[in-house]
Amino acid sequence: MRVTRKDERPIEGALFFSAILAIIILGLIFIFLLREAIPTFYEVPISEFLLGREWFPSSFKDPRFGALPLIAGSFLVVATSVVIAVPIGLVCAIYIAEIADHRLKEVLKPAIEILAGIPSVVYGFIALVLLSEVIQNILHTTYRLNALNGALILSLMILPTIISITEDAINAVPRDYKHASLALGATRWETLRKVTLPAARSGVTVGVMLGMGRAVGETMAVLMATGNSPVVTLSLLRSVETMTAVVAIEMGEVVFGSLHYHALFAIGLLLFVITFTINLVVDFAIHRQGRMR
Amino acid sequence: MMDKISTEKSVFAFFKLLTWGVVSVVAVLLLFIFSKGLPVLTLDFLTSPPENGMLGGGISIAILGTLMVMGLTIVFAIPLGIGSAIFLAEYTDKVDPRIIRMVRLAINNLAGVPSIVYGLLGLGLFVLFLNLRFSVLSASLTLSFLTLPVIIAASEESLRNVPGAYREASLALGATRWETVRNVVLPSALPGIMTACILGLSRASGETAPLLMTGAAYYLPRFSGNIFRQFMALSTHIFFMSTQSPNPDITRPIQYGTIVVLLIIVLTMNMTAILVRSYYRRKHR
Repeated sequence: MRVTRKDERPIEGALFFSAILAIIILGLIFIFLLREAIPTFYEVPISEFLLGREWFPSSFKDPRFGALPLIAGSFLVVATSVVIAVPIGLVCAIYIAEIADHRLKEVLKPAIEILAGIPSVVYGFIALVLLSEVIQNILHTTYRLNALNGALILSLMILPTIISITEDAINAVPRDYKHASLALGATRWETLRKVTLPAARSGVTVGVMLGMGRAVGETMAVLMATGNSPVVTLSLLRSVETMTAVVAIEMGEVVFGSLHYHALFAIGLLLFVITFTINLVVDFAIHRQGRMR
Repeated sequence: MMDKISTEKSVFAFFKLLTWGVVSVVAVLLLFIFSKGLPVLTLDFLTSPPENGMLGGGISIAILGTLMVMGLTIVFAIPLGIGSAIFLAEYTDKVDPRIIRMVRLAINNLAGVPSIVYGLLGLGLFVLFLNLRFSVLSASLTLSFLTLPVIIAASEESLRNVPGAYREASLALGATRWETVRNVVLPSALPGIMTACILGLSRASGETAPLLMTGAAYYLPRFSGNIFRQFMALSTHIFFMSTQSPNPDITRPIQYGTIVVLLIIVLTMNMTAILVRSYYRRKHR
């Protein structure tokens, strides 16, 4: 006698759909960004959009859509935050993974996770109200909200990403390596510097890249911290505007379907391309690391 | 030799100092915010709407708005997230491995897409293209997309941690694949899946930029309870009150109060997730 069984194909179909939804969403993001961004370039040539130094989208007579100030603003803030956060993050990760004893680890690791859970608007508020005040009192800056303020708050925000991924990478180094080095008479510090860290190198790179990706896309904290004037500058004490901030601020006041609306989508597209590239590099690094083991 | 050891000691001492320095900066910031915000949290503040042209009153409408958006996000994100994780953990043999590889690539990529880009998708797709307008629904759909990668990755990990012997025992007793997943694998992975969902939701409840673009309002006189209407949320309220209020200094206490409420919600969820996870990890060992 045959046992009759319920057909499970509908369930499997539903599960398959939820799995490929990730591809669908990624596709939708790309399609909608393209669809809404492309009309920008009917009126503003791509070269002018990317290299134009003036962003005056709502000027009545002569609106300008040069995104260079925004690209430069993002670059300045992100690069500075990475320069600040990477050394600090590495040191914290090394301390947590290799130096702190077990009980301290149990306190520090959740503390880092909690740091990662604080919403970006809260960091933004801290930068706007507290950090800017501190910076102004110390440096007597002309602009109360400036690139340095944004970079500092951003570095605090990307620290958890850098710390937790770097720490995982250090923990993943086979114990034999360390033991061999210690047995040869190397101190713990020498072992760390010459054996553990080089072996964890690609994992550390992934942590730094992911931190950078997060910094590029961060919106609220940067928006509230940097003062938002679209100027091309390399001065950390000037007020700057980033790509993310301009989209968040100006999308609220545009006429849907206008050139300004499309230009904001074009900036979104640029942002997406940048973070997508970072993610692909990370993915590549992780897979190469997987093969090497 | 002595020299090497003393170098090591001072280097390690410096590392310790720096790490605890970072921890104390964060602790001081949180303590400061709580010390300013906790005194504001009266029953009246939590249960009354904004008054005096947003210069006074409470945050009831923002609290309800955030809860409603989160509730609807749960409805969309959790079934889809868990479904996806089940497929990736249990059914990968059913399809071409290249598809699985692409799905994983897509999930990793989605996790790195900035939230403002999700906001643009929400505006383009839900608000305008599907004509759902600025609404709770548009915002929840957008947030559910944003939380999916978090939920999928962590749920899949906990499904994979269920020992293979459980599955084999169930299959050997004549259960089908889905019966095995439903009755054996899912129950034992449940704590991990719950952790995953809480982490995803905690991320969503603090999001601000996507809400600005999909339906958060600066001010509403009352809570509509309608998913096709605009809403006020805690995160956007903090932003509006500190940057666009007619007098940000007068409303400073409201800002601190709102931040503390949001932090209590987000941090409680995070800590619950961390505790559940560490409890079950210890039990598994």
